[in-house]
Amino acid sequence: MAMDAVTSETAPPGVGSRQGVMPQRAAAGRVRLADLSAQGEPWLWCLGGALALGIVMILGFLVLVFWNGVVTFWPKPIEVVRLTDDSVIAGLPTRSARFRVGDQVLAALPAEKRAEIAANGGFADRTLYRVGNYDLYGEDFRWAADFEVVDRSRPMDLVLVERLEWGVFVGRIAAFTRGGETVRVDDPTSPALAEAWRTARARWHEIRRIEKGEIGTVNHHLEQERLRLRRALLEHPDGGPAAEAARARFAERESHYQAQYEALAARAQALKAQHEAETVTLIDVNGREKVQPLGTLVRYHAANQLTLLGKLDVYLSRWAEFLTDEPREANTEGGIMPAIFGTVAMTLLLVIAVTPFGVITALYLREYARQGRLVSIVRISVNNLAGVPSIVYGVFGLGFFAYIVGGSIDQLFYPERLPSPTFGTGGLLWASLTLALLTVPVVIVATEEALAAVPRSMREGSLACGASKWQTIRNIVLPRALPGIMTGIILAMARGAGEVAPLMLVGVVKLAPELPIDGFFPFIHLERSFMHLGFHIYDVGFQSRNSEAGKPMVFVTTLLLIALIFAMNLTAIIVRTRLKRKFAGSQF
Amino acid sequence: MAEAALKDRPATDGFDPTSYHVREGGRGTAVEIRDFSLWYGTKQALFDVGMSIEAGLVTALIGPSGCGKSTLLRCLNRMNDLIDGIRIEGRIAIEGQDIYAPAADVIAIRKRMGMVFQKPNPFPMSIFENVAYPLRVDGIRDKVLIQETVERSLRGAALWEEVKDRLNENALGLSGGQQQRLCIARAIAGSPEVLLMDEPCSALDPIATAKIEELMDELRGQFTIVIVTHNMQQAARVSDNTAFMYLGRLIEYGETEVMFTKPKVARTQDYITGRFG
Repeated sequence: MAMDAVTSETAPPGVGSRQGVMPQRAAAGRVRLADLSAQGEPWLWCLGGALALGIVMILGFLVLVFWNGVVTFWPKPIEVVRLTDDSVIAGLPTRSARFRVGDQVLAALPAEKRAEIAANGGFADRTLYRVGNYDLYGEDFRWAADFEVVDRSRPMDLVLVERLEWGVFVGRIAAFTRGGETVRVDDPTSPALAEAWRTARARWHEIRRIEKGEIGTVNHHLEQERLRLRRALLEHPDGGPAAEAARARFAERESHYQAQYEALAARAQALKAQHEAETVTLIDVNGREKVQPLGTLVRYHAANQLTLLGKLDVYLSRWAEFLTDEPREANTEGGIMPAIFGTVAMTLLLVIAVTPFGVITALYLREYARQGRLVSIVRISVNNLAGVPSIVYGVFGLGFFAYIVGGSIDQLFYPERLPSPTFGTGGLLWASLTLALLTVPVVIVATEEALAAVPRSMREGSLACGASKWQTIRNIVLPRALPGIMTGIILAMARGAGEVAPLMLVGVVKLAPELPIDGFFPFIHLERSFMHLGFHIYDVGFQSRNSEAGKPMVFVTTLLLIALIFAMNLTAIIVRTRLKRKFAGSQF
Repeated sequence: MAEAALKDRPATDGFDPTSYHVREGGRGTAVEIRDFSLWYGTKQALFDVGMSIEAGLVTALIGPSGCGKSTLLRCLNRMNDLIDGIRIEGRIAIEGQDIYAPAADVIAIRKRMGMVFQKPNPFPMSIFENVAYPLRVDGIRDKVLIQETVERSLRGAALWEEVKDRLNENALGLSGGQQQRLCIARAIAGSPEVLLMDEPCSALDPIATAKIEELMDELRGQFTIVIVTHNMQQAARVSDNTAFMYLGRLIEYGETEVMFTKPKVARTQDYITGRFG
């Protein structure tokens, strides 16, 4: 730059002078360029900058997710806010924002507030409160602008109640019933209340156990008998003694299970009556009352009198529920255990399906196929498969696996269940196979490279010992290529576990009624639909009734998904490092 | 002997016919090579090579780089099959059996021809498993037999005393010279008839080289040894017969002492005295 400037300034215009100056200038430019590119400094800075930018973005993303995920369950204080119109709201301050005050609102304000806002350029601050009490007021969150707040306080007796339905309740616990008599509550931390609550919760768990566990088992057996009867009738469409025997057997079994069911239902009914009878009376800050069974309180705490230890207790108990329980309230509350389970199960199945398929394909391509045009075309096609949009695989999985393969399986093996599909719809197996297809190019490419990297001297050494080609591959080449193959599997796992779009077509659901593994034969139910963390994030964040309520859950679930993929990859990497260490002393 | 027939061949491309003055070992011919030519694609690498390798003796193949000596050695156990686009003419026979016959069993041939490579190439397994490998691929499961063979082979390769206490350690932890002796043990564990050595000492230091040469001296008689070497002193020290190759042709093949003192062909003389190569 400097040289250019000097030359153009000092060179007077004119033909003669140009002839004299131009060669000099060109020569100077060439020398300077050669210097720069020879040193490579600018490129080094460019490369380093790109790397730094990448790292900063990844770190920023991780920190954002981690921080938001970690603070979600930390108990917040309850603030009672008196507004200028004499209404009172109580809630958890969630976030603050600056906003432009509307003209109509502005016009209604007193002069001094108006001046204040005008001084701020027409902006004012407001705070979003999670007020809860959706059943009473029909909204979970409320904004309170600073200019309409008269005063804020944090009364000690306010309680945050997490409920099975209608979200949280913010207010006071006024009373609860015990054995038909009403007990007044003055202090939300009273041991009598805690005792009654624990009993009620235990009863509620018992009801759930009976309904889901025992009655579920009876229903399962009853369904099996029904299917057995249908199968017998399908096999003997014209009736006859076999069909009659099946009918008789079914009638006998049905009455047996019916009796069992009634006994259980009666027990559950009795417990339920007790559950309904023991109520708790909640009063919000405006004095509105809500009476509901004590057992429907998931958790309650006097938010403003929690010590650090008490906060930690609430925090950990929320995490425990999140990790081990089932979702409730349209997935915005409760746990995500089924989604964790579904994600892990699907990823493991994916690995089981993709590894042999990819490795065998790569072995043939690299070791046995004659390297010609056909193999080149196959190789290019495989590489291109990795670039196909994942939703395309979803459509293929639904059309081919679920409808064609699954439909045929249903026709052949489960005719008694038709028209309701067994394998003929999306499910864990089809989702895993679809993702295996999606990720198989990664495994093939990585395996091919690993095989090509096995030194020729190793193969020759083995062949010279009189080993056949297969023995050489089996004993020498494959073990040696294993770390590279593992790399491919890790990449496939990482891609597969994070994929959501194709899953929405082949088996992921918002709420799966049953886990794919349970105590009924054959124990692993690959045909069942399942929940997935990736889809859960999408569902909670963007499909729920109240996206503001879902937002913290989005971050926590994202954090968990990242942690899960990280854990799975870490395991695979540790295995790979162990394998690599075996070859550490190699000279080649 | 086969040489009588070979000597009558006319000269080609300005090269004189091969000069033969081989020392005979008294146990006959182990490997017979007749009119053997080889092409890598369109490039010819071996031209009408003919030689008989005497059983029980050490035969050295010498010559400048690219003269085809390694190619010839690797043809003896059909290791060149792995290379695409290779074409051969002529015949190589082990005890009268053509190894390039369509019905020949490559695996059986390789079992009769143990091979030691330029760089030590032990497998990433234990020392024991390395030596037991030829037996394992044979499907032998007799533990006692395997144990005995491993010990015998390691003793045969003069390695037993050094490794007997750490047979289960990874072979890659051995030194270069030990690794090469391990490879020799592995080669003789399959009880071959012929040992093919492709510059076995070129990656080793002088002490390890001396040990391997000593070992070859001990193995003489038990095995027919064919060694490719760049080191003419080594050829002079260890071999009974020496074949000098140049540009894919066998120039002179004869008794080592004669080859290194008064060779019959001028080109051999030039190479041995260091005038080219």
